[in-house]
Amino acid sequence: MKDRIVLDVSKLSLHGMGTASPTWWATGAFMLIEGSGFGLAIAVYFYLMSLAPQWPIDAPPPDLLAGTCLTGLLLISVIPNMMVSRWAKHKKLRRVQLGLVVMSLLGIAPLALRVFEFPALHISWDDNAYGSIVWTLLGLHTTHILTDLIDTLVLTCLMFSRHGDNARRYGDVQDNALYWNFVVIAWLPLYLCIYWVPRQ
Amino acid sequence: MKKDQASAVPADTGLADAEVERQLTTIWGSRPGFWGAVASVDHKVIARRYIVTAFIFLILGGLLALAMRLQLAQPEARFISPDRYNQIFTMHGSNMMFLFAVPVMEAIGVYFVPLMVGTRNIAFPRLNAFSYWVFLFGGVLLWLSFALDTAPDVGWFAYVPLSGPEYSAGKRADIWAQMITFTELSALAVAVEIVVTVFKQRAPGMSLDRIPVLVWAMLVMSFLVIMAMPAIMFASSTLILDRLVGTQFYNPAEGGDALLWQHLFWFFGHPEVYIIFLPAVGMVSTILPAFVGRPLFGYLPLVMAMIATGVLSFGLWVHHMFTVGLPRLGESFFTASSMAISIPAGIQIFCWLATMWAGRPVFRTPLLFVIGFIATFVIGGLTGVMVASVPFDTQVHDTYFVVAHFHYVLIGGAVFPLIAAIYYWFPKMTGRMMSERLGRWAFWLIFIGFHLTFFPMHLLGLLGMPRRVYTYQPELPWAGLNLFISLSAVLLALGFLVFFVDVVRSWRNGLPAGPNPWKATTLEWATSSPPPSYNFRRIPVVDAREALSPNDGELAVASGLRTDRRELLVTSVVEALPEARESSPRDSVWPLWAAIATAVMLIWSMFSPWAVVWGSIPIAVTLIGWFWPKGSPEDES
Ligand code: HEM
Ligand SMILES: [Cu+2]
Repeated sequence: MKDRIVLDVSKLSLHGMGTASPTWWATGAFMLIEGSGFGLAIAVYFYLMSLAPQWPIDAPPPDLLAGTCLTGLLLISVIPNMMVSRWAKHKKLRRVQLGLVVMSLLGIAPLALRVFEFPALHISWDDNAYGSIVWTLLGLHTTHILTDLIDTLVLTCLMFSRHGDNARRYGDVQDNALYWNFVVIAWLPLYLCIYWVPRQ
Repeated sequence: MKKDQASAVPADTGLADAEVERQLTTIWGSRPGFWGAVASVDHKVIARRYIVTAFIFLILGGLLALAMRLQLAQPEARFISPDRYNQIFTMHGSNMMFLFAVPVMEAIGVYFVPLMVGTRNIAFPRLNAFSYWVFLFGGVLLWLSFALDTAPDVGWFAYVPLSGPEYSAGKRADIWAQMITFTELSALAVAVEIVVTVFKQRAPGMSLDRIPVLVWAMLVMSFLVIMAMPAIMFASSTLILDRLVGTQFYNPAEGGDALLWQHLFWFFGHPEVYIIFLPAVGMVSTILPAFVGRPLFGYLPLVMAMIATGVLSFGLWVHHMFTVGLPRLGESFFTASSMAISIPAGIQIFCWLATMWAGRPVFRTPLLFVIGFIATFVIGGLTGVMVASVPFDTQVHDTYFVVAHFHYVLIGGAVFPLIAAIYYWFPKMTGRMMSERLGRWAFWLIFIGFHLTFFPMHLLGLLGMPRRVYTYQPELPWAGLNLFISLSAVLLALGFLVFFVDVVRSWRNGLPAGPNPWKATTLEWATSSPPPSYNFRRIPVVDAREALSPNDGELAVASGLRTDRRELLVTSVVEALPEARESSPRDSVWPLWAAIATAVMLIWSMFSPWAVVWGSIPIAVTLIGWFWPKGSPEDES
């Protein structure tokens, strides 16, 4: 078949930002997958609760301190996270680099707090179904913090390398920021389930 | 903003067609030789591999089915031991569902979605390569375990407590759980690629109401995968945790619950049927118009019906659990919703019949299989409505009636359309036609063999023969029917044999097909058969639902993508207006290394939970290798 040229796309920019970028949509799809996973885990939590004669099973409710501090920390981290995203949008290399260093630290800090959350549950994963599900909820979320932290660390290195200053990388920074917001938002229902539902 | 933004673009506008093709071949082609093939990220290369692998699993699973039929042909036969029989039906079911049906449908999507929406490669080609390797390793793990006599033996649904730590010592159930994780990883990756390809890489002008029906089907299927697969991954992971580190999810003595397993499994398992069936709907809706010589009747209702089926399929899982004793109200709700799903199914069938009615059918092999599909699927649907009623289900549950029903649905609803699709698209994939004569033989053998095999199973079920038994006593009134079924199964197998002979023969010596042998109107037919590595010389521009009018010999296209590096066009979600140019990754071996690292971790984790910690380090390393830019112009653009 012969071509009949009806359109010229050569003037389009390279690598669109935001919704013009395929990776933005892929990040969205992965958030949907993981969101379904979190949703299911929460459903299982309530399912097991509905079967149990008392909840929590054979354990006092978890201590609030570590989990609540972590929640506060995660919420605060959203502010610098949004700023990094904005800087990436405007391609401000220096600020993005600085912001990523801050975000790396803000990825490590919750992990340090998380170490205290597991003992605060007062139950082991193999004691009973309650222990199994709360450890799983915490574990699932910890994995997300961890993978996002690694992602952020690698990205930080990239931004300091000669590959840093280009549209594609800035897009990656924005997607990384989007994903961190997801990690924070996904925590809120988990926090309520783990710490507050057993107190009613 | 870098200097190479607009001015320095070597546009293809002024170049002759042949020169454009030469440059694109250089830049999109894979290197020759073994490593070139391994590193390829061309969606067609990967999809072809995927399809062939899935068909090999179909053959292996079919051989297991024949083995079961041999054992059941006579009462008290001693061909297969009870242990081995348990492994065989588990392998057959798991293999057919997880290694054949879902992968093959996704693979067809991987091949045709980019071609049908008019783009040069799938979104995230390296992820695509990774997904194939992971799938392959999962399949090899399962079959190796079978060869070593450690295959799972707990049924393809692996119900607890049978699959739990107490009743299933050894590694069998762990192998089942990890095989699930492999295949779901792969399925999820492909689903994400398809969603993004459809949303962002459609040809300019291909607005939502001009998307080909098969592409719609693949899109809805991908969303079902995204929503349903996490349930089975959660289930299989908690199962393995119960088995390995002593969590108590499924242990009633410690507050766990065996029914929780069934809920999770069927929350995935029911949509799974539609994950397999919706692509088939898309195939049938694409093939039918080409052979009746008129456009599809009812594009919009069909698309709506597919979406409705997808949504409804999540409200139905409990109909697999009527016999476990759930509250009455719940049962009524699920009976009603199970029956509600026959409404979209009815719409689909009505649209197909109307399309045929108004057209002039040419009875070539693909159309024969489509008609075979409609007939068979209707019967499967009717018995489906029957088992959706609680009193009836209570009678026939776990008998051969159910075995008959779901083979009508699965083979009728998926395998028939799939074979139709192979006959229809074989010319596009290989450049050659399949044989019409052998095709007819294959059709009649398969169609007759199928009904003679599976229809009598309804009767066996009504006579009370339970499923998953390795033998039965001669006093029972089942022997005659069983022998008949086993003989018919051989006929069915013969039909498949003819089909495979035809595939192999035609791949080598079939008649040359030319770009558009069926005079079809979707975009994949606008390029040569098989398509070149870059799919289209220039990106097509679409202005109607029938993207192609085969007679006018000219294709409206967009120029201006670079020809000196891999570049795609990104368009907007609703209207498909051009938004940006995006570079597409080059070939890479990293996806293979990443898949190997993942396989090592998953297999190791059956033996020690620490594998998850130590095993993730190599995975991280391979992923960094995969994503780290190599300093090429694409990476830096
Ligand atoms: C090609 C001809 C086939 C034959 C002759 C056949 C035969 C059988 C038989 C006899 C059983 C019952 C085993 C038992 O309960 O003891 C069975 C089970 C099953 N088959 Fe097939 N089958 C065929 C193809 C397929 C296909 C194409 C699929 C899926 C796409 C499939 C999916 C299943 C499943 C899911 C089970 C249930 C296994 C279980 O209970 O764990 N079969 N098949
Ligand atoms: Cu179902």
